[in-house]
Amino acid sequence: MALIELEDVARTFTIRAKVGRLRRERREVRAVDGLSFTVEAGECVGYIGPNGAGKSTTIKMLTGILVPSAGRLRVAGVDPARERTRLARRIGVVFGQRTTLWWDLPLRDSYDLARRIYRIPDARYRANLDRCVELLELGPLLDTPVRQLSLGQRMRGDLAAALLHDPQVLYLDEPTIGLDVVSKVRVREFLREINTVAGTTVLLTTHDLTDIEQLCGRVMVIDHGRMVYDGGLDGLHATGRSERTLVVDLAGPSAPIEVPGARVVKVDGARQWLAFPAEDSAAPIVAAVAAGYPLLDLSVREPAIEDVIARMYAKVPIG
Amino acid sequence: MAEYLVENGSSVRPERPLEPESLLEPESLLEPQGRLERLRWALRSWQLSAAMWTRAAMAYRTSFVLMLGANIMITSLDFVVVILMFQHTDRLGGWTLPELGLLYGTSAFALGMADLLVGSVDALGERIRAGTLDVMLIRPAPALSQVCAERFTLRRLGRPAQATVVLLWSVSALRVDWSWDKVLLLAALLVSGTVIFGALFVGGATLQFWWGEAKELQNSFTYGGATLLHYPPTVFAKELVAGVTFGVPLAFVNWLPLLHILGKPDPLGLPAAFQFASPLAAALSVLVAALAWRAGLRAYRGAGN
Repeated sequence: MALIELEDVARTFTIRAKVGRLRRERREVRAVDGLSFTVEAGECVGYIGPNGAGKSTTIKMLTGILVPSAGRLRVAGVDPARERTRLARRIGVVFGQRTTLWWDLPLRDSYDLARRIYRIPDARYRANLDRCVELLELGPLLDTPVRQLSLGQRMRGDLAAALLHDPQVLYLDEPTIGLDVVSKVRVREFLREINTVAGTTVLLTTHDLTDIEQLCGRVMVIDHGRMVYDGGLDGLHATGRSERTLVVDLAGPSAPIEVPGARVVKVDGARQWLAFPAEDSAAPIVAAVAAGYPLLDLSVREPAIEDVIARMYAKVPIG
Repeated sequence: MAEYLVENGSSVRPERPLEPESLLEPESLLEPQGRLERLRWALRSWQLSAAMWTRAAMAYRTSFVLMLGANIMITSLDFVVVILMFQHTDRLGGWTLPELGLLYGTSAFALGMADLLVGSVDALGERIRAGTLDVMLIRPAPALSQVCAERFTLRRLGRPAQATVVLLWSVSALRVDWSWDKVLLLAALLVSGTVIFGALFVGGATLQFWWGEAKELQNSFTYGGATLLHYPPTVFAKELVAGVTFGVPLAFVNWLPLLHILGKPDPLGLPAAFQFASPLAAALSVLVAALAWRAGLRAYRGAGN
């Protein structure tokens, strides 16, 4: 069953800019421009795009904060714009850059407030809290004021707060931003657990593509308010026309290597970098280099997903 | 299939595992239905949030005591000014010092209580800029309740506390025959006055949805308005008195009902019914403020443009 459905959703903002001394000009900006997709129950979807692509506008429409200018939108069977508080009981939201926890109070108090605001029955509350405390190792932190927690501890606290009322969908906006490597791993393990074991549908935005590589079976790339890619991670390489890199160490500095099927992208003394299409074999290129140049050593680098996506953003015509 | 958990005898929710469809029916019981229940839920949300802020403030106990003391001292200065004035005269606009005490006490009490209960709403612009309003909008509680309770602190009790002292003094110093209608009217004006100032706080803050710097304008009506009401209507121009009767309904906070209690003539010569109309003015103010808030939130969320 589709938990999230968008059909031709658009959102425009009117921006007023000063023109001259008194005149103001109104300008329409399309933050989201005809977006359609569905997310099935139990999926874990990565939602990525450059800054200003329309990611947070989409999330704000999916949470009922913003009303779409056009199109149809349903989350967990509810129209977010019309039934914001009903939707609130069915979704959990974690903002990486701002906490929903109470700064000066022990972690436990924030959870107790959630119990009352969401009217969570006692038995269910206790079961959910115990599960989160165990999985996120929050036990020793429950009586600590939130202001004394480290960033990683606070993020774990926020994750638990978003899940106490059994949301069907969990939105995560940059959940690993600013975290150290150990905390990132922990957060990802927890997210995998609630997605695969508890079956919670997860939609996450991030700039850390490792999050997506490790968690999401599906990735959606948005740019200028439009979907530019929707599918598996492997498909990204094909669509992004990615390239592999051959790094060659020669006996001494030389002019850029000229071999068919590859081009030099960088020269640094005796070392040169050659790019070639990811789907081509490296063997004929290596052979050609070895035949024509004094080769000492070489290595092949796989395309980084960052580069693939960066190239994808660049391909989209602007305007 | 499901076991049902009953909470408070009214809220029922099935146990896991569940299909989203099966959630629909029981969950509708969680969502407050009807006008009255929604209002109760709004008040309850305010109360829950305010209780959290009170406990948070207690993390800094010394600061709390110091700030409460400072608050009482600073707000008391307003009345010290009035007392100093009466060192040189024994009447102001035809009103005596105990009568001004009654004006001051009622106005400061109403403003202080409104500030305590909903005053935080005036930081709406900051909440919008910091994005914390968005966080409130994803909770199943009315945003207005949460904004009003934000940073709720009992240290704001300072103003109503010192106003009560002045009020008690002036009541004992006045030679008024406290018949039941006057006692009732005094009680009604304190409640209505609090509601009117509360509506001004909310209505004024609503402007910040469109205009970020509206806080100053709103403060001139709330804090400025309260200072205006410290003095008798007879010292001001009639146009101003008419303006705060028919425009911003400040005159209903204390001027009009006190005319009846103190047996004074109305400088505008309005019908006596106006002196008893404070609850009606309060109800109208709430209606206007509520409509303004709804329009503001709609504009913020971008509905209907």
